Amino acid sequence: MLNAIDKEMLEAIADIHDVPIGAYNIRKNGEGVSKKSTANIEIRPKEGKPGIDVIVKPGTKGESIHIPVIITETGMNDLVYNTFDIGEGADVLIVAGCGIHNPGNNKSQHDGIHNFIVRKGARLHYIEKHYGAGTGEGGRVLNPKTILEIEEDGYAELDMVQIKGVDSTKRYTEAKIHKNGHLLVSERLLTHGKQYAETEMIIDLVGENATTQVISRSVAQDNSKQIFYPRVIGKAKSRGHVQCDAIIMNNAVVRSIPEIDARHADAQLVHEAAIGKIAGEQIIKLMTLGLSEEEAEERILQGFLK
Amino acid sequence: MLELKNISFTLDSDKEPVTILKDVSLNLEDNKFYVITGPNGGGKSTLAKIIMGIYQPTAGKIILDGKDITELPINERAKLGIGFAFQQPPRFKGITVRELLKLARGEQKGSGCNHLYDVGLCPKDYADREVNASLSGGELKRIEIATLLNRDLNVAIFDEPEAGIDLWSFSRLTETFKEMNNKNKSTMVIISHQERILEMADEIILVSEGEIQEIGEKNEMLSQILSKCNCDMACPERGEENVKCY
Repeated sequence: MLNAIDKEMLEAIADIHDVPIGAYNIRKNGEGVSKKSTANIEIRPKEGKPGIDVIVKPGTKGESIHIPVIITETGMNDLVYNTFDIGEGADVLIVAGCGIHNPGNNKSQHDGIHNFIVRKGARLHYIEKHYGAGTGEGGRVLNPKTILEIEEDGYAELDMVQIKGVDSTKRYTEAKIHKNGHLLVSERLLTHGKQYAETEMIIDLVGENATTQVISRSVAQDNSKQIFYPRVIGKAKSRGHVQCDAIIMNNAVVRSIPEIDARHADAQLVHEAAIGKIAGEQIIKLMTLGLSEEEAEERILQGFLK
Repeated sequence: MLELKNISFTLDSDKEPVTILKDVSLNLEDNKFYVITGPNGGGKSTLAKIIMGIYQPTAGKIILDGKDITELPINERAKLGIGFAFQQPPRFKGITVRELLKLARGEQKGSGCNHLYDVGLCPKDYADREVNASLSGGELKRIEIATLLNRDLNVAIFDEPEAGIDLWSFSRLTETFKEMNNKNKSTMVIISHQERILEMADEIILVSEGEIQEIGEKNEMLSQILSKCNCDMACPERGEENVKCY
C-alpha cells in the first residue's frame, strides 16, 4: 500500500516510518487510505464533504493522533475539511503534515482546513510539517487554514514547520481564546528559489486572562518572498506577545507587518519584529572553530530554525 | 613558532588611507606566555585578528612553524591550531552552550562542558542554555574562553578576556590561563591592561600607534610601564600637560 516515496514523505512530515502508534488517518492523493480509531479517539469520515471528524473523549491523556497527507501525483488538487473536538480535560498530541512529491509538470495543491475545539481545561499539542519534493516543473502548493476555539482553561500549542520544497503557501490561522486560555504558536519557515510564503494570523483574546504568544522564525533565501501578518486583538484583560524574526539572504524579500489591537484598558499587547542578514561576526566566530564559511552559515540557520 | 614579518595594515577611507599597523615584525615562541598591552586604538586587536586571519594584512608575511599561512582563510588557520577569543563574542539564537562547545571540540570526544567549571560557570546551569541575549556580557565572555579551552591549540589568542568579568572570578581565570599554558603547551597571546595578567607574562609587548614600541621580559617591562610614562606626546586639549599613558 505504501511505497518508498510514500514512506519518505511520511518520515519527513510526521517522523513516522510505517503505520503509526495510536489513532491515525493517512490520506493519499485525495483519498483516505488507512485509518484507525482507539477506545478514546474516534476518527470518522466527514459527511457531505471530504475530510474527517476526530473526536477525543473527555479526560483522554497522553494519546496521539497522526493525520498525514501525501500527494504523489501531478495535477492533483486536494481540498480537505477536518474537525477536531478535544474533550474536556483531555491532553493529546496531533501530528499533521503534508508532503507533496510532484513528479510532473502540473501544479499539485493541498488545502487543509482544520477546525479545532479545545474544550474546558483540555490541552492540545499540534505539530504540522510541510514538505515538498519531486523533480517535475509542476508547482507544489499548500494552503493550510487553522481555526481554533480555546475554551476556559484550555491550552493549545501549535508548531508549524515548512522547510524548503513548497513553492507557494498561504497559511491562515484564526483563534478565539476564552477565560484563562492560552495559545502558543511557533512557526518555522525556510523559503528558497522563487518560493512564496504568506502567513496571516488573527488571534482574538476574548476572555479574562486569555494569553497568547506567537514566535515566528524564518529564513528567506535566493529570490523567495515572505509576508507576515500576525494580528492579536485584546478584547478583555489579557496578554499577547508577537515576535517575528527573519533572516534575509541573497535577493529575497521579507515583509513583516505585525498588528496589535487593544480594545480593553487591561489588554497588554507587545510585538517585536526584526529582519536582518546573518551577522558577519557569527560566521567569523564559527570559522575560528574550524568550520568553512558555508558550514558556518548552515549551522547558524539550523540553530535559528530549530 | 609564529613569525610575523613586516606586517602592515591600511584601511581605505573616504579621505585618505588610515594606517593601523606599520611594518610590525614579531616572533612568538612555542609555549611562551605573551601579553600585548598599550593604549586603545594602538593596533593590538588588529594585530591579533591578523594572526587569526580575520583581517588580511596589506603587506607582510605570517609564518607558523615554517609554513607561510598569510593567504590561509580563518578556518584553515583554526585547523592548524590557532584560536581566538573575541573581545565581544557574538550571540547565536538557537545554539546552546553545549552545542557551541561541541563545535569547538571538533572531532574530539565528549561535550567539553566540564571546561565551564574552569571559567566559573556550573555546567548544569549553563550547558542547555542558548547562547542568546539571555546571557549577560560576562557570562558570554566566559563561554567564549571555554570554547578555546576545548581546543588543542598551538597559539591561543585572547582579546581582553578580563573585560566584563567580575573580580571574584578573576583569579580563577588567571589560574585557567596558567594551566592552559602549562598543560597544553599552547603559546598564549593575551591582550590585556590588567596588572595581574601582565604579571603572568614571560614577555610583554607594548603596542601603540600601530607599532611595537617595546618588547621585553616581564619584570623589566612591568616596572617601566607602571612607574613612568613612555610616551611624551602633549595632549592638545590640555596644552602643555603630558598625558599619562604607560
